[in-house]
Amino acid sequence: MKRIIYSEIDGNSREFYALAALLGVFVLSALGAAYYMEHYGHYVTGMNNQIVWGMPHVFAIFLIIAASGALNVASIGTVFGKPAYKPLGRLSGLLAIALLMGGLVVLVLDLGRPDRLIVAMTNYNFKSIFAWNIFLYVGFIGIVVVYLWLQMERRLNHFVEAAGLVAFVWRLILTTGTGSIFGFIVAREAWDSAIMAPLFIAMSFSFGLAAYILVLLAACRGSGREIGDVIIQRLGRLLGVFVAAVLYFTAVQHLANLYAAEHTGVELFILFNGGIYTFLFWAGQVVVGGILPLILVFRRDRSESGNLNRGVILASVLVILGGFAQVYVIVIGGQAYPLNMFPGMEVSSSFFDGSVAGYTPSLPEIALGLGGVALAGLIVLFGIKVLRFLPTSLSNMAIEPHHEVTVNKA
Amino acid sequence: MSLKIKSMDVAETPGFDPQRRSFLGAAAAAAGVALAPGVMLYAITKSSPTKARALDAAASSDVRWGMLIDLGRCDSGCDDCVTACATENGIGGHGRPETDPQWIRKIELTDPQTGNSKSLPMMCLHCEDPPCVDVCPTGASFKRADGIVLVDKHTCIGCRYCIIACPYKARSFVHELVEDQKTHAPRGKGTVEGCTMCVHRIDADRQPACVEACSDTGGGAMLFGNLNDPDSEISKRVARYASQQIRADLGLNTAVRYQNL
Repeated sequence: MKRIIYSEIDGNSREFYALAALLGVFVLSALGAAYYMEHYGHYVTGMNNQIVWGMPHVFAIFLIIAASGALNVASIGTVFGKPAYKPLGRLSGLLAIALLMGGLVVLVLDLGRPDRLIVAMTNYNFKSIFAWNIFLYVGFIGIVVVYLWLQMERRLNHFVEAAGLVAFVWRLILTTGTGSIFGFIVAREAWDSAIMAPLFIAMSFSFGLAAYILVLLAACRGSGREIGDVIIQRLGRLLGVFVAAVLYFTAVQHLANLYAAEHTGVELFILFNGGIYTFLFWAGQVVVGGILPLILVFRRDRSESGNLNRGVILASVLVILGGFAQVYVIVIGGQAYPLNMFPGMEVSSSFFDGSVAGYTPSLPEIALGLGGVALAGLIVLFGIKVLRFLPTSLSNMAIEPHHEVTVNKA
Repeated sequence: MSLKIKSMDVAETPGFDPQRRSFLGAAAAAAGVALAPGVMLYAITKSSPTKARALDAAASSDVRWGMLIDLGRCDSGCDDCVTACATENGIGGHGRPETDPQWIRKIELTDPQTGNSKSLPMMCLHCEDPPCVDVCPTGASFKRADGIVLVDKHTCIGCRYCIIACPYKARSFVHELVEDQKTHAPRGKGTVEGCTMCVHRIDADRQPACVEACSDTGGGAMLFGNLNDPDSEISKRVARYASQQIRADLGLNTAVRYQNL
C-alpha cells in the first residue's frame, strides 16, 4: 500500500495571515459581546424569561453536534477500514476538537456567571445531563488527542484501530447526551421524546461531514494541494446518505407527535402556523438542508466532473445552513411554544403564559456565536500550520490505488 | 444526653477529682440552660410540626411545607399575594415585562367550551421530585428536607437549564443588576431565582408573605401548613375536600395544591 505523506502548510502567505486576522477579529468581537452581556446583564440580548436559551445556544449546539460528526471521517478509515478515508483521518480529529472547543466557549460565555466555571468543574449533580456532558466533552477532547497522536506516531499505528473504536463509541454517547438535554425534558412538548438522541446523532453525521468537506477543500486548495474528484464525490454521496437519515428521523419525530392528539398544538405550531419557525422548518431544514443537497449529490450529471464537485460543495453549504435552521427550530421554537399547564383551557398572565414567546436575536448574541465558529477556524488553521494534519495529495491517483487494493482483496 | 455520658466517663476515670466533677456538673447545667430554647423549639417541632425549627437544627423531613389555594376565594382582580411577595423579597421590575423576574403571578383561565373562568396564583409549586433539581449541573437547585425547593445563589452558574425543565414556568433569570436587596432574600444578576416559600419567615415561625396578605386583605384563599402533620389545618382540608395538583400527570407531587380548580 502506498505510504501517505503528510505535511504542514506553509502558512506564510498574505492570504493565510489575512484569514487568521479575519478570524481573530470575530473572536475578539465575541469576547467583547460576552463582556457586554456580562456587564449589563442578559436583558441587552434578545433572550428573556420565556426564551432563556437564545442564539448562542443555537451556535453552541450546532458546533458541538458538528464536532462529533466531524470525527466520523476518521472512524470510517480506522474503525470501518475504508482505505480511501485513511488520509483524511488526522484532519477529521483536528476539526472535531476545534468545533467542540468553539461550541463550548460560546456555551460558557453565555452563562449568567461564566466567572463561576470553576464551580461547574468542582460541584457535580450526577443526575444532570449537563453534568454528564461536562465529562463527555472533556473526555472526547482527551480521547481524540490520543487518537490523533496514535495516528501521527507511526510506531504506534497498530493501536489506532482500538483508539478509533473508543472514540467512535464515545462520540455516539456524547451526541446521545447532547440530544438528551432536550429529549429528557418532560415539561416541553416539542422535545420530550427519546428520538432526540438518534435524531441528534444523524444530525451530527450530516453537519459534521458537511463542515469537514468544506474545511478539507479550503485547506487543500489554500495550500495548493491536489484533491481529486474521486474523494470529493465519495464524501458527497456519503453526505447524501446522512442527509436522508436526518430527514427520516425528522419525519418520524413529527409523525409520532402528530398522531397523539395532546401534541397536536405544538405540531401545528412548528409545521403550519408558527411563523418564522414554520418557515425555517420547511424552507430551511427540509428544502435547503434536505431536499436540495440530496438532488445535488445524487443527480446523474453527465457533464464534466467539475460540476459534480461544485455540487458537493454547494450541498455542504446548504446542509450547514439547513442544519442551522433545524437547530434554531428545535432550540428556540421548542421554547417559544407555551407550556401546557392547563390542557384545554385558555390561559393568560403578565408572565406571557399561554402565548407564543417572542424572540429576536441581538447583535451581541450573533457576534458571540460567530466567534465560536471563528475560534474553531483558528484552531484548525493553527493546527495544520504547526503539525502534519494534511496529506500532501488527495489526487485520484493517491486515492484510487488503495481503492483497487481493497477490491482485489475482497 | 451526651453531657451526662461524659460526666459518667469522668467519674470512672482513675484520679477522679470531686471538685472538677462539680465544675463539670455546673458547666453541664449552664449548657443545658443555654441550649434549652433550642431544645424547646425542637420539642415543639416534633409534637406540633407547624412551628418553626431551631436555627441551629437542620430542616427535617418530618415536615413537608405546603399550600392549599382555594380558587373559590381567589378574585380575578386581586393581586395582593403578588404585591406582598414583591415587597417582602425586594423584587422590583425595570419596566421590562419580558425580562423582569416574577416569583408569583396571577393566571387567568377560561374554558373555551363553557366560558367559565377562574383566576389563580402560580409560583414554585415545590415538587417532591423537582425537575429543576434533577437538571441542575452544579446542585445549586436543591430541595430542603422539609420540601422547600431553593436555589443556592453561590453555586448557580446561570445556565438556565432549570428554567427550561420547570413545567410551571416558576423560575426567572435575573437579567440585570439587582439593587436594594433584602438580606433575607439574596439575589444576583446572572443567576436564577424563584419563590422560596418565604423560607426566612417559615424558619421564624411566620407564614409566607403571600398567604398572610391573602388572609389580611385578599380573599383568604391561601392556606399554609405542614402536609405531614395529620392534625394540621391543611392536612384536614386536603383530606376532606377534593384538591388538585397542576400537571399531576407528571408525577411530581407538588406541595402547592389547588381547590375548586
